[in-house]
Amino acid sequence: MLIVVLLGLIVSLLLAAFGRHIRPGWWIFLAAAPLALSAWFVGQLPAVAGGETLLENTRWVPSLGLDLSFRLDGLSLLFGLLITVIGTLIFVYASSYLKGHPYIGRFYGYLSLFMASMLGVVLSDNLLLLFVFWELTSLSSFFLIGFNNDQADSRKSALTALCLTGLGGFFLLVGLVLMGRIAGTYSIQELIASAGLIKDHPSYPVIIALIFIGAFTKSAQFPFHFWLPDAMKAPTPVSAYLHSATMVKAGVFLLLRFTPLLGGTPGWSYTLLLVGGFTMMYAGGHALFRTDLKSVLAYSTIAVLGVLTFLIGLGTREALIAACTFVIVHALYKATLFLTTGIIDHETGTRDLTQLSGLRTVLMPVFIAGLLAALSSAGVPLFFGFIGKDLIYEATLHAGEEFRLYLTVAAVFANICLVAAGFMAGIKPFTGRLVPQFKQVHLPEWSMWIPPLVLALLCLVFGLFPGSIGKLIVSPSLAAVSVAGEPVHLKIWHGFNPVLLLSGATLAAGTVLYLLNSASANKMAFVGRFEVVSPQSLFNRGWRQLMRFSSLYTGILHNGFLRSYLVRIIIFAELLLAFELFKAGPLSVDFDSLAPITIYEAMNVLLLVGALFLVVKASSRLTAVVGMSVVGFAICLMFVFYGAPDLAMTQFTIDTLTVVLFAFVLFNLPPFLKFPTRNKAIITRDAVVALVFGGILSMIAIKVLQVPTSKEVSKFYGENAYLLAKGKNVVNVILVDFRGFDTMFEIVVLGIAALGVYSLIKLRLKPSERE
Amino acid sequence: MELLLVASIGFLYAAGVYLILKRSMVRLLLGIVLLGNGTNLLIFLLGTITKGKPPVIEPNLKVLADIYSDPVPQALILTAIVISFGLTSFAIVLLKRVYALIDTDDLDDLNTPEEEDI
Repeated sequence: MLIVVLLGLIVSLLLAAFGRHIRPGWWIFLAAAPLALSAWFVGQLPAVAGGETLLENTRWVPSLGLDLSFRLDGLSLLFGLLITVIGTLIFVYASSYLKGHPYIGRFYGYLSLFMASMLGVVLSDNLLLLFVFWELTSLSSFFLIGFNNDQADSRKSALTALCLTGLGGFFLLVGLVLMGRIAGTYSIQELIASAGLIKDHPSYPVIIALIFIGAFTKSAQFPFHFWLPDAMKAPTPVSAYLHSATMVKAGVFLLLRFTPLLGGTPGWSYTLLLVGGFTMMYAGGHALFRTDLKSVLAYSTIAVLGVLTFLIGLGTREALIAACTFVIVHALYKATLFLTTGIIDHETGTRDLTQLSGLRTVLMPVFIAGLLAALSSAGVPLFFGFIGKDLIYEATLHAGEEFRLYLTVAAVFANICLVAAGFMAGIKPFTGRLVPQFKQVHLPEWSMWIPPLVLALLCLVFGLFPGSIGKLIVSPSLAAVSVAGEPVHLKIWHGFNPVLLLSGATLAAGTVLYLLNSASANKMAFVGRFEVVSPQSLFNRGWRQLMRFSSLYTGILHNGFLRSYLVRIIIFAELLLAFELFKAGPLSVDFDSLAPITIYEAMNVLLLVGALFLVVKASSRLTAVVGMSVVGFAICLMFVFYGAPDLAMTQFTIDTLTVVLFAFVLFNLPPFLKFPTRNKAIITRDAVVALVFGGILSMIAIKVLQVPTSKEVSKFYGENAYLLAKGKNVVNVILVDFRGFDTMFEIVVLGIAALGVYSLIKLRLKPSERE
Repeated sequence: MELLLVASIGFLYAAGVYLILKRSMVRLLLGIVLLGNGTNLLIFLLGTITKGKPPVIEPNLKVLADIYSDPVPQALILTAIVISFGLTSFAIVLLKRVYALIDTDDLDDLNTPEEEDI
């Protein structure tokens, strides 16, 4: 299974390396990759339908609990088939949709990457692995939405989508990690086995909230839905594949996957019912007001995702059957509609419903595909959509007594909107009189109109043979999301019952709505009035505020003045040290333990302080440097007093050399620049900051005196200097023998510094640098 | 006597910090040198200081008798002094170079304000 997941990735890497050598006509052969994968999935159908699950486990990062473990059960198989079968058709379709596009190689690379990551999401049996692939789908979606990267709004849409799905992914990760910590495992199967542990845990509400945010952003649920209509900036094959048939269903997949693990509680059900229910009605209603074909499709996709969420929230066996079936129903008809829309757009150059009409005469096969898909979406008997719709109504009607009515009404309303939207997209552009401007429109190559036709025919075939679909695909999926029960029997005909009545009423009402609802720009303007309070504009406002805040923040923190950075760092360090000192308790000095102060020592310190004063106040560089050398010599004297002759010698040499070097350089510099007298307040601030820092360090030094130091190491050196290293000067022995490597590298560092000094001194200004 | 050292450390740090907050590059450099000296003294104080007893083994003995100065901080400081000389000397010639290029030792003139691109 690893190879199944990685194949797309390998293809995309190969494309990155050799993509430019592929001849224009040959792109269609890339469809062999998804075709082979779909053949593999089809090959697994009998086994999985027989109740088997395929497992494969490879260690990856065991310390994180991250394994490459894959698992093929009914649910994975259902999604795997959707991804690869629709993927094959999309690969074929795109070869002529993007024919001659300079970046077609890049496009196929992203598409293959997406396919690989989506397969990874549905096949993963490890939470963290699932998350990795989840994020990869977001990333590939980002690149595909922004594929036309020369258009500003395309880039912006891509960024919006990435922000929202990325943000959701972040929440999801936290939720997943929480679950993993509670159960002590990241394997989904093991988690499901110990589902009770998580459901009873006090953090359960937090976990489902986090998972919901992840799923809702991905599956475009209100209020995160708006990235999806924006994402329609992507080339149409992408919209059909990612933003309708597969990627946006990842959220739904996640909810289905976690149903046995987290589902069944009131918090789970009510949240999903509310969010899904609201989304399906809101988006369904919105779809009717749109005039752009892809916009209509986008909103109806959101509505369908709402329906799916709603069904998962309902959570009964019937609802889950309906959800699994409806995933297939929708993927088939919606991908078809997107592909026909793509052809219309490609051939006529517009997607505006107010302009398109009468295209059936010029684009007959496309019309057939659109018509079949629209009929399936409307739930006309004999189509697969009919069965999907029936199952939905059955689920709502058999829900708990008190909510039955509301749930059914909501579902009927959403479905009526979906019927009308389906007709708008699948039939409207083809009916009516052919406008003269479209007289020249002709059918594109076969590779473009065959895929939608195939999908549309599948809508019909599946509708005619629902029994085998139920047995082969839906039953195993159901077994994966709930307790295995009776095999599912999907039937064309349920007999006369309330469900059929509702179905008929929906169809009739939807048709009437479609006939009454003529697309016009006025209605768009009407919807536009409410734009101010829509989640999208709130998001945009928040976005702008964030940008303003970050530029303000950068302006303050990163203002380009070294000293202001330093002041902040120092003040922070002061606060931290002061806090630690305060925590450590009062300072006390044991005067008896201290050595007496002699007069020469006191004089030396006075010398030091005086020299420091000179350095700080000096108005000429030379004075300052001389002051500094006096400081150095005073310290040198201290080393002499306290038994450190080596230090004294080194300090003396180094101090002398530094002064020489300074003098050598300063010789070339003009007298000290007097900067315009700075603000008194700033000088005071600097002085206060400096004195406080000095004071704190002094207190730390006193604290050091209080604490007895461990002499273990010193004792070791003292005892072994002569015995082991045959040297009597212990400091020297430490440096050249015990810590010899340190000293060697120190010499290397000095050598490098010396080279730098030498070359900088020798380096002459280039003419271009001389102003 | 330790208190005198404590006071010296405080003054060295205060002067060092004050100087690195200045605009002049020369002063910045002097400040860094002073901070380095302060740190050396602090490390020196960490080992208990002992007057006039360098950690050298007597000619007639094989091990160090117990009341000698602590050799470990001394070894550390020795390294620190030498390395900080490397740093200082390189900074000094860098200063010279910068001065040759932009004709000032004002840190503020090193800023090249960039276009706001947000």
